[in-house]
Amino acid sequence: MSTRPAEALDRGAAPWLFATALATTLPHAEHQPLWLSALSATIFAWAGWLWWRNERLPGRWPLILLVAVACGGVLFEFRTLFGRDAGVAMLVVFMAMKLLELRSRRDATVIVTLGYFLLLTHYFYSQSIPTGVWLLSTMTLVTATLIRLHGGAVSTPAATLRYAGLLTLQALPFMLVLYLLFPRVAGPLWGLPQDAHSGRSGLSEQMAPGNIANLALSGEIAFRVRFAEPAPARGQLYWRGPVLEYYDGRTWRPQPSRLRPPQIEALSPALAYETTLEAHQQRWLLALDAPGTLPGDLTLDSTLTATNRVPLTQRQRFSLTAILDYRFNREEDQAVLRRNLALPANANPRSRELAESWRQAEPDPERLVQKALTLFSGASFAYTLQPPLLGEHPVDDFLFVTQRGFCEHYASAFVVLMRAAGVPARIVTGYQGGEANPVDGFVVVRQSDAHAWAEVWFAGRGWTRVDPTAAVSPSRVENGIAAAMPAGEPLPALIQLRSDWLRTLQFRWEAINNAWNQYVLGYNPERQRELLGRLGLPDADWRNLAATLAIICGTLLLAITAWALYQRPRLDPAARLWQKALHRLARRQVNCPPWETPLALARRLEDERPALAPAVLKVVDAYLQARYSGILDDLKKLRAAIRRLP
Amino acid sequence: MMPGVTRSTLSTKPRPLDPVLAAASRVILGKDREIRQALACLLAGGHLLIEDLPGVGKTTLAHALARLLGLAFSRIQFTSDLLPADITGVSIYERQTGEFRFLPGPVFAQMVLADEINRATPKTQSALLEAMEERQVTVEGETRQLPEPFFVIATQNPSYQIGTFPLPESQLDRFLMRIELGYPERGAERALLAAGGQRALADQLTPVIEASDLPTLQREVTAVHAAEPLIDYVQALIEASRRDPAFQHGLSPRAGLALLAASRAGAWLDGRDMVLPDDVQEMLPFVARHRLRSTQGTGMARAEDIAALIRAVPIP
Repeated sequence: MSTRPAEALDRGAAPWLFATALATTLPHAEHQPLWLSALSATIFAWAGWLWWRNERLPGRWPLILLVAVACGGVLFEFRTLFGRDAGVAMLVVFMAMKLLELRSRRDATVIVTLGYFLLLTHYFYSQSIPTGVWLLSTMTLVTATLIRLHGGAVSTPAATLRYAGLLTLQALPFMLVLYLLFPRVAGPLWGLPQDAHSGRSGLSEQMAPGNIANLALSGEIAFRVRFAEPAPARGQLYWRGPVLEYYDGRTWRPQPSRLRPPQIEALSPALAYETTLEAHQQRWLLALDAPGTLPGDLTLDSTLTATNRVPLTQRQRFSLTAILDYRFNREEDQAVLRRNLALPANANPRSRELAESWRQAEPDPERLVQKALTLFSGASFAYTLQPPLLGEHPVDDFLFVTQRGFCEHYASAFVVLMRAAGVPARIVTGYQGGEANPVDGFVVVRQSDAHAWAEVWFAGRGWTRVDPTAAVSPSRVENGIAAAMPAGEPLPALIQLRSDWLRTLQFRWEAINNAWNQYVLGYNPERQRELLGRLGLPDADWRNLAATLAIICGTLLLAITAWALYQRPRLDPAARLWQKALHRLARRQVNCPPWETPLALARRLEDERPALAPAVLKVVDAYLQARYSGILDDLKKLRAAIRRLP
Repeated sequence: MMPGVTRSTLSTKPRPLDPVLAAASRVILGKDREIRQALACLLAGGHLLIEDLPGVGKTTLAHALARLLGLAFSRIQFTSDLLPADITGVSIYERQTGEFRFLPGPVFAQMVLADEINRATPKTQSALLEAMEERQVTVEGETRQLPEPFFVIATQNPSYQIGTFPLPESQLDRFLMRIELGYPERGAERALLAAGGQRALADQLTPVIEASDLPTLQREVTAVHAAEPLIDYVQALIEASRRDPAFQHGLSPRAGLALLAASRAGAWLDGRDMVLPDDVQEMLPFVARHRLRSTQGTGMARAEDIAALIRAVPIP
């Protein structure tokens, strides 16, 4: 693997290449298996050590062995060498290994090219603002490395970086134009594998004690909402998710149901809002109770849950309406009512006994509900995120022993009591509340707002919402979970009640992120059409788009060229004429490197191109006379000599 | 630029020191280029450092130049036991008059050859170097002017030889230029062996110009025009030397002035009244090498690094 000296890589370029390799691979460490990051880090360290000690790079066989180990490892880990994760892992290891064969300019060019490509791969994993900033600056670094490779050590590192930064800045307008005008495809250009979405928390389709309490510890955002009118009071913000009707004594599950359209009677005007849901891998939406009219792809199932045709695998925006005051299914199927009275036979005997005694004393369902709520509001019940463990009969244990619990405990106990007392009841899960960001006016609903409440059916009124948690802890519903928690219980910093600068900062950052999501990442074909319409291109097909793109990019190029020409150091007239003469000579395959003096050029041509030499010498003499003598010359001689150049 | 190679019409004036060059090259065979550098250094009013092995003609060169230019010549052989007073002179007590009389040392000459300067101790070296810088000597509280013109040619053995005290960088900076003589070419060596006795030949040389003419010539040299773009070029070279990772540090402003002065002298020797980038490129290695230290090893800058520096800087 010998290289000609002209292609050999100078030692000073190596730190640039190391920096490029490191900056383009480092963020992948976050989602790669640990052994892979360790392997890459070891290779980095090894290559750095060899460079530092100026020692020989390893030969062919160690490298082949290393490649085999890396490929084997990736194959074992991912079961494939292709696809997003395995492919990126291979690229990262290869980037590190390339540092072990940094011999020639060619090797360095491979690193730079690979660096540019690796930049792209980070967008498979994250499209947030910090990622964008990191990649933009890394791109500048890669460009600087390229400049350093071609320009040698003449410029200082700072000057090289400045130059690369300038190039990046010049690329920005083109980037913007391409972003806005390039024909957009609905959905991602290439299908991202499922694992892009794994590890997301959110409401699940069933409820057992503890599920929601875990969610409450997460400050992650579940969805953001913008109301057309002033937002309703916090106590009215019930975001309806799956309804759970089947109970096995411990866990609540939804009951697969026939598609019988729900009957809604609106008692208040529809409230319009727009919600942006984070991907949660489920088909249901979290719509404000009760959902009104729904756009195209959405349907309402029989339990009033808005459902999408396909699971939400990416952040999506919906325009919805809600009816805050409603009657739901005043007439209900007997089968449905029966289903919502069912209880497992042997579970929670004490609770059933209690409910039975209530019913004998008071047959009116609404009074029964009041009785249960009164029970919860008694002094002995407490609201806490850290309830004691419950035994075989969880509702019995909760009601008669521990009396400490979270929304799911109260909802579950309430529904069990109601069913035992002969009132049809079921659990509704979703989110409750939300916090208005004062910076951009969006209402932010977090995982910590996850909630469970109950719905009971009264003849003549239909399904009616009852929130037993509100009975035990009214502030949970009115002020949010942070206000409801007893002092001393751990809550993530993000959702604690605070009014300090950190809180303000968090609001600002979330507003910026939201704007990024709404306007940058959410720039879809419809938005593009909208924008083009406003620009006077109402029905742009791809031809119009291409033409517009070409025109704008061309104009930009012209502007930048004009600016560069304007900024170019003003050459004095003699130097300009000399440049002209050099251009002429270049056409005759005579090249003059920038460091070669005119006289040296003339002398060289005496040997190389004797026929040309005398004419060139005349130009050289006239040029030197005009430029270096200090005598103001009218350049006539120089012009004449250049004209006589063959 | 080698005389006679180019047929450029720019060198219009008669070359005033061509006879000196011709006569000297008859004594030191095959070293036209080095003789030209030495003369340029003298014309630019600077001192010259010749570094090479013993026996390549360093002393003969100094001797021949002194004769041809009509300069009073003295030679100091530096040894490890040489004292500053051996250079500057001493006052001795005269019994007849009962007074002290100053006996000027060998430094009181127009051309001083300081032979093997790095054999002396730093104290003695600095006595000479101070005289070079101040062009005066202070002995026993009395300051005495050195003759005009005053020109020092110091020779130095390569520092890897044993028994040497290498000159520190700050002292090296006082020499305008540094040249190496090197072994003569085969043909020149043959002629040398055949003729023999070059030192004797040097003694027979007759002055081509008077010593009193030298200041006039030096003034002419300083009047050679250096245009704006040329000064830009000198500046670009100096700045590039400061960024170049091949050197531990860059050229000082004094080195820039030295480069410009040497380039003027080179242009004047060519009979031109303007400095060209060619002059700068020709003089840069001789002005810059002993002032720069290489980052590879501890020695002074390597010739190929200087050549690379020239190739890295476009001519404005």
